[in-house]
Amino acid sequence: MSDHILEMHSITKTFPGVKALQDVTLNVRRGEIHAICGENGAGKSTLMKVLSGLYPAGSYDGDIVFDGEKVEFGSINDSEDKGIVIIHQELALVPFLSVAENLFLGNERSARGLIDWNKANADAAELLARVGLDELPVTPVGQLGVGKQQLVEIAKALSKRVKLLILDEPTAALNDSDSEHLLGLLRQLKEQGITSIMISHKLGEIASIADSTTIIRDGRTIETLDMRGGDVTQERIIKGMVGRDLDQRYPDHVSTVGEEVLRIEDWTVHHPTQPGRVVVDHASLDVRAGEIVGIAGLMGAGRTELAMSVFGRSYGRDISGRIFLRGKEIRTRSVSEAIEHGIAYATEDRKKYGLNLIEDIRRNISAASLDRLSQGGWVNGNEEVKVAEDYRRSMNIKAPTVMALAGKLSGGNQQKVVLSKWIHTDPDVLILDEPTRGIDVGAKYEIYTIINRLADEGKAIIVISSELPELLGICDRIYTLSAGRVTGVLPRAEATQESLMELMTKEREQVR
Amino acid sequence: MNALASLQQLFTRNLRQSGIFIAFAAIVGLFAILTDGVLLNPGNLTNIILQYSYILILAIGMVIVIIGGHIDLSVGSVVALTGAVSGVLVIRGGQPWWVGVLAALAVGLAVGAWQGFWVAYVGIPAFIVTLAGMLLFRGMTLQVLDNISLSPFPDSYKTIAGGFLNGFLGGQGYDVFTLVVAAIGVGGYAFSAYRSRRARIAYQQAVESLPLFVLKLVLIGALVMAFAYQLSRSRGLPIVLVILGALILIYTVVTTRTVFGRHVYAIGGNLNAAQLSGVKVKRVNFWIFVNMGFLASVAGVVYSSRSNGAQPAAGNMFELDAIAAGFIGGAAVTGGVGTVVGAMVGGLVMAVMSNGMQLMGVDQSIQQMIKGLVLLLAVAFDVYNKRRASTAPDDRSIKAKTPKAPTAAPSEGEPVGATR
Repeated sequence: MSDHILEMHSITKTFPGVKALQDVTLNVRRGEIHAICGENGAGKSTLMKVLSGLYPAGSYDGDIVFDGEKVEFGSINDSEDKGIVIIHQELALVPFLSVAENLFLGNERSARGLIDWNKANADAAELLARVGLDELPVTPVGQLGVGKQQLVEIAKALSKRVKLLILDEPTAALNDSDSEHLLGLLRQLKEQGITSIMISHKLGEIASIADSTTIIRDGRTIETLDMRGGDVTQERIIKGMVGRDLDQRYPDHVSTVGEEVLRIEDWTVHHPTQPGRVVVDHASLDVRAGEIVGIAGLMGAGRTELAMSVFGRSYGRDISGRIFLRGKEIRTRSVSEAIEHGIAYATEDRKKYGLNLIEDIRRNISAASLDRLSQGGWVNGNEEVKVAEDYRRSMNIKAPTVMALAGKLSGGNQQKVVLSKWIHTDPDVLILDEPTRGIDVGAKYEIYTIINRLADEGKAIIVISSELPELLGICDRIYTLSAGRVTGVLPRAEATQESLMELMTKEREQVR
Repeated sequence: MNALASLQQLFTRNLRQSGIFIAFAAIVGLFAILTDGVLLNPGNLTNIILQYSYILILAIGMVIVIIGGHIDLSVGSVVALTGAVSGVLVIRGGQPWWVGVLAALAVGLAVGAWQGFWVAYVGIPAFIVTLAGMLLFRGMTLQVLDNISLSPFPDSYKTIAGGFLNGFLGGQGYDVFTLVVAAIGVGGYAFSAYRSRRARIAYQQAVESLPLFVLKLVLIGALVMAFAYQLSRSRGLPIVLVILGALILIYTVVTTRTVFGRHVYAIGGNLNAAQLSGVKVKRVNFWIFVNMGFLASVAGVVYSSRSNGAQPAAGNMFELDAIAAGFIGGAAVTGGVGTVVGAMVGGLVMAVMSNGMQLMGVDQSIQQMIKGLVLLLAVAFDVYNKRRASTAPDDRSIKAKTPKAPTAAPSEGEPVGATR
């Protein structure tokens, strides 16, 4: 019990005007997997930045004791020297360099100033074997999927003789099988004596892998739960995170399903740069007014590609197939054409594709509907502010005014801005791609409520999600995609995680 | 909100924007002192306008290019080419002045369409396209001029950049007409400011307190009138100032009030998001460059008129002055941020510094070095600002202002009451 590899004592970190961390205590036992939970903005990332030296000693109050000695890190290099390696959510790999080059970046296998490529590649192969990655060391990292890149990051950490591995939302971008592999790898590393700290929003994951869980809320340590007994439930963790009981994680909702609004037939999409590769393969689906339809699929199943190609051919080439809106065939050759037809698509990657982060909330909300706010090319700026203010209130966007920059909002509030933007285009069909990715439990609930409200208004909703419980919680029907094909559709009542997963994986094996 | 607090807010609201005004005022003050007031003499003020008008005209187009996330290195060559075409027609061909002007504008639009095509529809970075254009159009200039300078232009053509509007209403030692035009301008500005204030109030938006609003108007009015009075004591209202003023007005409105302007900011701010919001990115990029070509040709006409001839080397390095004006005026290197007014002030900062140092007899070499450092510092300030903004923790600044009571907040997704 007393053998702590890491003890952080009453860490307090203040930003101008704000206490980001207040008296935070974190004790990590040697050789365990320690999960850190908390809502977005609770202070998890700040705490890890303090630990890794990104916020240097002196910029915070409190003590860090690592491996029995008090440490003061002035930079990331200092902490890495001691064996603390942090892997960020956004991976820090150079896509054009090979796996081996990335592994030893800044730590090159060299002799007398020249790089020994044979040794580098041999060492790399060894590291790759340790993380169970079956790729050549000379493969450019950019050619690997996110899941494999994550493994390269871990291999890189291993090459630095890591003692304490910190992973910030390691599985956020991974599909279920890649996540499984990663978690399995963490267990293996644990057996080899490597301690891990894992920040995660995925409570199921935490329950299955963590030995203890520290919950942080509003910059304070709430509690540390011992998970080894197996009696700590997800509900228990959620209670700590939000400070109140969540007896129900999805709002009750009964859909009133009307006429068919959108039907996609025989939709086929090819990869934009790899000729001959079919990404979406003769997919057909339909969605009716007031209905919430889910699309489930593993990473690479073609969910986002399907949605984006329908939405004004934003993805892919050689697209074929037909789209019907209320029974009438339409064409969506450009995004503006799709918007005119009443189709809206809220992207899975808010920061990259959804928002102009250096612009304010107001102009982000109006970005897709300037036509509605203008006459003859003249924007009615006052009307724009009014509209934005209305959404700020009705969507409960937490910002002092709509003049606040979108980049300064938390994930949940950013998502609400994205939703506002699309709702204001007055769509008949809303395609929501991972609408709750990377946002906290409370905000998720709000998003679900908004989705239900939109369905009640008679809009047809398509939700793409990697979280099966979410789809089961909010959708009326769920399509499954696998390797670009629609492999099934289940009404909510008949669907279970197991049945969906079966459909999501079945076809893929048959294709091979 | 009391007046002092709102005054403070006015300055801190956008440090990037207000910072440049403060810097400009400081530089004017500094050189006014260093030159014993010569800087602000009627004749010298008139000179500054005549001498830097074409840079400012270029800077209007350039800041729009920069906001869109591009750059244009070719404008100096385009100034030369359009001036050359005009010179050949008017000086060598004996055509009336307006034929030269129209031909120059047509060439400018064609150049813009050419570059816009490559940038927008072929997808070649503007840096490369306009670098090629810089060589291409310089070469064309030499071709058009047969490698020799043409001069002089007839008086009618020279009037464009060298002419003055004055004497229509008389005046002793000062030109009443100039003052009247300035007064009309101030009145128009005050009226439109008042109207937009009324509209904002009607939409229940926050406005600055009335005394502050009036104070701001009076201050701006006084500055403009003082400036006009100095001009009126010299040669009156320069025609080129009228052209410049009209362009500033038009482009301020275009960038802030039109859908096109919004789309330019959207593209520069996040290209992907703009595309997925239905912005016709290619079309907007195309017109950004057509517009730049147009403004470069206006500058070409003004420059050839002022220099009273068409030279093969005309407009050399103008692109750099125009780019510098945009960045000093607060445009972001990565696009998405910037204003026409900011670019004008940025251009004036360079103009006042050059002029002031010339008056002081500072060596040309030192002048260049100082201007280089000012540009560097301006962009460094921008980068520093951005870094400071991004190191703030994710949403802490927002949360601090809207403290939540953990037990009673209905906002954070209260599940119990929200179910139906």
